[in-house]
Amino acid sequence: MSERFLITGAQLPSGERTDLLLDGGVIAEVGSIADAAGATVVDAAGLIALPGLVDLHTHLREPGYEQSETVLTGTQAAAAGGFTAVFAMANTSPVADTAGVVEQELSLGRAAGYATVQPIGAVTVGLKGEQLAELGAMAQSRARVRVFSDDGFCVFDPLLMRRALEYVKAFDGVIAQHAQEPRLTQGAQMNEGALSGELGLAGWPAVAEESIIARDVLLAEHVGSRLHVCHVSTAGSVEVVRWAKARGIDVTAEVTPHHLLLTEELVASYDPRFKVNPPLRRAEDVEALRAALADGTIDIVATDHAPHPIEAKECEWDAAANGMVGLESALSVVHAAMVDTGLIGWADVARVLSETPARIGRLAGHGAPIAVGAPAELTLYDPSASAEFDLARLAGRSVNSPYLGRTLPGRVVATFHQGYATLLDGAVRPADEVARHAAERLEVLRG
Amino acid sequence: MAVRTVLQQADIDRALTRIAHEILESNRGADGLVLLGIPTRGVVLAERLAASIGRIAASDVPAGALDVTMYRDDLGRNPVRAPRPTSLPAGGIDGATVVLVDDVLYSGRTIRAAFDALSDLGRARAVRLAVLVDRGHREFPIRADFVGKNLPSSTRERINVHLHEIDGDDAVTIDGGDADVASAADAAEAGRDA
Amino acid sequence: MRHLLSTRSLSRDDAIALLDVAEDMAAVQEREVKKLPTLRGKTVVNLFFEDSTRTRISFEAAAKRLSADVINFSAKGSSVSKGESLKDTAQTLQAMGADGVVIRHPASGAPQTLAMSGWIDAGVVNAGDGTHEHPTQALLDAFTMRRRLHGAASRGRDLGGVRVVIVGDILHSRVARSNVWLLATLGAEVTLVAPPTLVPVDVSGWPASIGYDLDAALATMPDVVMMLRIQAERMQGAFFPNSREYARTWGLDDARFAQLPTTTMVMHPGPMNRGLEIAARAADSPQSTVREQVANGVSVRMAALYLLLSGEREVAR
Ligand SMILES: [Zn+2]
Repeated sequence: MSERFLITGAQLPSGERTDLLLDGGVIAEVGSIADAAGATVVDAAGLIALPGLVDLHTHLREPGYEQSETVLTGTQAAAAGGFTAVFAMANTSPVADTAGVVEQELSLGRAAGYATVQPIGAVTVGLKGEQLAELGAMAQSRARVRVFSDDGFCVFDPLLMRRALEYVKAFDGVIAQHAQEPRLTQGAQMNEGALSGELGLAGWPAVAEESIIARDVLLAEHVGSRLHVCHVSTAGSVEVVRWAKARGIDVTAEVTPHHLLLTEELVASYDPRFKVNPPLRRAEDVEALRAALADGTIDIVATDHAPHPIEAKECEWDAAANGMVGLESALSVVHAAMVDTGLIGWADVARVLSETPARIGRLAGHGAPIAVGAPAELTLYDPSASAEFDLARLAGRSVNSPYLGRTLPGRVVATFHQGYATLLDGAVRPADEVARHAAERLEVLRG
Repeated sequence: MAVRTVLQQADIDRALTRIAHEILESNRGADGLVLLGIPTRGVVLAERLAASIGRIAASDVPAGALDVTMYRDDLGRNPVRAPRPTSLPAGGIDGATVVLVDDVLYSGRTIRAAFDALSDLGRARAVRLAVLVDRGHREFPIRADFVGKNLPSSTRERINVHLHEIDGDDAVTIDGGDADVASAADAAEAGRDA
Repeated sequence: MRHLLSTRSLSRDDAIALLDVAEDMAAVQEREVKKLPTLRGKTVVNLFFEDSTRTRISFEAAAKRLSADVINFSAKGSSVSKGESLKDTAQTLQAMGADGVVIRHPASGAPQTLAMSGWIDAGVVNAGDGTHEHPTQALLDAFTMRRRLHGAASRGRDLGGVRVVIVGDILHSRVARSNVWLLATLGAEVTLVAPPTLVPVDVSGWPASIGYDLDAALATMPDVVMMLRIQAERMQGAFFPNSREYARTWGLDDARFAQLPTTTMVMHPGPMNRGLEIAARAADSPQSTVREQVANGVSVRMAALYLLLSGEREVAR
């Protein structure tokens, strides 16, 4: 028996208050709903209803790095953060560079049932930057891959990048570039500037990101392709993207929550929780990124959720792994950095964290505005809550969050995926229940 | 809090003059005498005594400073202490009769440390001890050879020695022993000789 | 003082207090019995993740002259090949009852990580971390300057008005960083001279002036010229064309040395590349403080260990 939910008194992104009935995997009714027999009632007074969040940049680590995260635990983290779909980066082991690996990823996601797992395919074989991976086979596989990325590495060879951009046009794909000039960032440990000089940490200069973005937008223009720029982190990159968009180049860009909130000063502690690639930048960069997200130069927020085991962070800075978990905290961070600062409203939050990422990734069934007949992908968020972000808020396998001990606004109260709850009353639902609902939905869809 | 003055300037002068005579008498003259004061106020007292002995005996009596900080057995029980310079007279201490000089003799731990410090600097023929005030409560079998004033006291009381070279006036005072209201500076000073 | 991690965070009063204690330690080094009982029963571990016999021996002598037990833990190579982490090593030292850990590490910030992690209660002395800091080297340099300038009257004094020129690979030098902060704190005027490639990109916040012209800097007749070691491997990184050009442009050669007043101190943290950054005549001249620096290193490190380890331990996190 599939679940039905009557959500009462929720506030839509538009500001309007309404009841919502989730039934049969869709939003069955919107408005004032008097009677819904047999439905579980969720009192959403004071809560904001957002279309289920979509993350275009998640590292799920399975297969290969299950000590950090699995598809199951990563999507539990997603549910805890209000996400109903995640795009899984290709840097697993084996690398997601064949139809077989992406289909395995897809199956694991479906079986777990906490969120849609949409695999991203590698651009090059083994992420080595030498030879194109089987982009077409991945696109035509059951996983229907549309986003390709060597994330973790830059597709540095300009000819290979050009070919990749051209090739994916055949199936409306997009190359998501991790923009990092490798020669300029050899051994890089943090943003290059006054602080890196003082701390004696090798610098990661802004120009190493900006020069690659500049090259790639020009390549995209030249071959008439679609480009997506991962984790834009500098004010200069914003300028380049703005220029490219003004020229009509088909480029989209993402920013991570941490680059919207945190600055390089945190590195002075040498606490590896703040080690991330691209690195935390200056306050001026944070300001520019916020403004760019508000004015649409940057299209979306993507988490770059990057789980690592404790030992990869409990060590000296140089030896520590890059990356932060981000799914569970993303909405609160965007709330703090963008909404509380008055830069954007909740409708914009729905756009940058759900509608646009789904569109960039060509992901059906997600990112649709809340309306009758839309898929029942939904997040209920309490914007009035404010609390110290603690371990209890983390639902994945790893705890490398830079926000632990920091007070953040808001809290995700409930997440609904395919009409059933994956998070209820702030608690991730048990894996067996969720898997059972997922199997039922699959059954229904297959008829 | 009651503060009593137990020695005034004239009393201190008299006590030091008497000690000077006693040192000369026991040493049968000024030959071979070296006076080493224990910082901070012991150094001033050693200089005064050396001058006094010199006047009486009409000869130069060398004086110096012996810091014992590095030899204390209670370093780990207190905040870090800044050591003070040690300065020996040019001739050193080998074969000399060293008179250690301190302001207050209490537990005896400072003097014990001074013996260790002294033995690292050379071999004295004899070592004597002169103090301005002996307040009792010894924790070591140590006794002064020359005492300005015996001042039986409660452990809760504080004895403060003022010397004009350092403090601007000469006096020995005793605080009522209410530890709660004693000033931090007094506490630090009392701790030094504890 | 609970740890000595950097000179950046050292106040003027703390720095002078340490230099003054070092004067007392130096006095002990001049007498027949050079040993003090002060740290009897304490255990000091020299934890070296990088080879540096000079620094290790200096710390070892300092600890032994204070009667501490010394354990040398050379983690270089072995720890990496065995896959042992800094954390595991720290916990081993904790189990051994280390009271003080002197750490040399190729990663900037490793001493701070060790001190702040809670893995260990010991006081931590940074003996050089990556390209970050080397505080005891800067302290011994300042001590050497102060002694040369003020002799027996050094106690309590700073380096107000002393003009210091530091020459060489500023970018990779922990000695330069520690000296810049400490010398500025003590009132000295610091000028850095280096090829532009070997200066961090933004040093606008450093309390020092920057120049590329060594002759111009020497023409101001500085009180101190400090030459830094230049590492041959920097040539691979295209920081400068070759050692000949480096020596000609940024080396203290005979001609440049001859132009200096005879009162100018010539310093080098060692080991020297004679003929590259410094000519033999300058290195061996009476103006050179190289040997004093070695002797003073022991006194300064004794002072640091004394200040860190002699008092009661606050078990503070
Ligand atoms: Zn990336």
